Amino acid sequence: MASAPPFREPMPLGSARLLPWATVMIGSLLTILPFGATLSLLPPFGLLALLSWRLLAPFAIRRWAPAFLGLFDDLVSGQPVGSAMLLWTLAYFLVGALEARSGLRDFWQNWVIAALAIAVALAGGRLAATPLGAHVDVALGVQVILSILLFPAVAFLIARVDARRGR
Amino acid sequence: MAPPRDRRPGFSRRAQYGVFFGYILAIAGGVVGAVLLALSLLNPVAFSTARATIAEVTAPVSSAVAVAVDGVSGIPDAIASWFDVHDKNAALVAQLARARPALVAGHLAQLENARLRRLLAVRDLQPSVIVTARIVSTSATSTRRYGLLNAGTWQGVREGQPVQGPEGLVGRVLEAGPNTARVLLLTDPQSIVPVRRLRDGLPALAAGRGDGLVDIRVIDTDDAHFKAGDVFVSSGSGGIFGPGVLVARALRGGAETAIAKPFARPDAFDLVTVRGVYAPPPLPAPAPTPGAAPSPSPAASAIP
Repeated sequence: MASAPPFREPMPLGSARLLPWATVMIGSLLTILPFGATLSLLPPFGLLALLSWRLLAPFAIRRWAPAFLGLFDDLVSGQPVGSAMLLWTLAYFLVGALEARSGLRDFWQNWVIAALAIAVALAGGRLAATPLGAHVDVALGVQVILSILLFPAVAFLIARVDARRGR
Repeated sequence: MAPPRDRRPGFSRRAQYGVFFGYILAIAGGVVGAVLLALSLLNPVAFSTARATIAEVTAPVSSAVAVAVDGVSGIPDAIASWFDVHDKNAALVAQLARARPALVAGHLAQLENARLRRLLAVRDLQPSVIVTARIVSTSATSTRRYGLLNAGTWQGVREGQPVQGPEGLVGRVLEAGPNTARVLLLTDPQSIVPVRRLRDGLPALAAGRGDGLVDIRVIDTDDAHFKAGDVFVSSGSGGIFGPGVLVARALRGGAETAIAKPFARPDAFDLVTVRGVYAPPPLPAPAPTPGAAPSPSPAASAIP
């Protein structure tokens, strides 16, 4: 943004703390757009935003926050309540464990870590919500691939928001 | 970027306790999530109040976005419809002329049917239309298949009522909030609808598969020999879905199960109607027949 003033005041502390939560909740709320979905192909944008924050700005969302954000996601997504609470917390810990072993990371390693977390969370959500005999696994695979491919775009948006937040 | 060194924040006790309690809270959040998950798996309608509360807020937004999208996406169609208006008019007039004899025959059959039904004193039960509403959003990220209806208990919608669209059966109401209701769609893996084959009335069950199709399963043990193209309508047994609503058409044949495609597609949901729960008409009460049953009278037996 060329027009932005060079010495802008940082965002007030309250807004800077709330902004990451708000982006994740907006991501969860994308399910209320009027899609008539025959299959569950929409990527979980709330989870993508959460993982982007975790990988790009680790202190923006506290460790205990994924449970609350996951509860909100459960209430709007139609998954059984508690599944995203549990799985998002697990995904957060998974990212932390991988991060502790990775040393210096670049974009590609971030993407691989996020892909693992996305796959684990979506597969866990499928196991929690749907009986084992249901024929949803092909659609789930496509949804996982779509989510992984869309992760860089979400991470880019989150990085822009983070830059505006001005730490 | 380098991994953050947040596990050992230095010598500050305060910072160390902060990290420690952060982990404790995160683990507690995960455990609470697991407990809530177990609760909602044991009792799927738990937390319906919380879901309905949020849906009350989101459904108007979904409706407004849908109206805006329909308005914008309708403009090209509206323009395109002007190009072949004359040809289409001629085609429709010809079609109407061709269809007139069939219409008359159908009308006569309807009259005769009504007369015969009166003769037989068939007791019909037509579930009334409770409300016509719109499915404003579906569970697009979840492997479950739900729709959100923008009408609720204030409009008379109750749990369990069937929902049908112009093309066929859509599903049934799972949870009703004040102004919104969640609809379990036909293709959800936990949806089962009793159906019968239109050709010969063979009873079967239409169970959702989760991938936009339904499995037709035979109820009797003998071979059903489903064929591709078989049409299934709701049978009315079970007492939720009224009889004679189009459900699905078989894509492939099979001896005991067949894969079928529902007539009502979620990507084409527009207006749907919520009907009253269908209850089969009660059997007529047995008429009392005086004098038919001999009963020993105590007065008569007292006489020697």
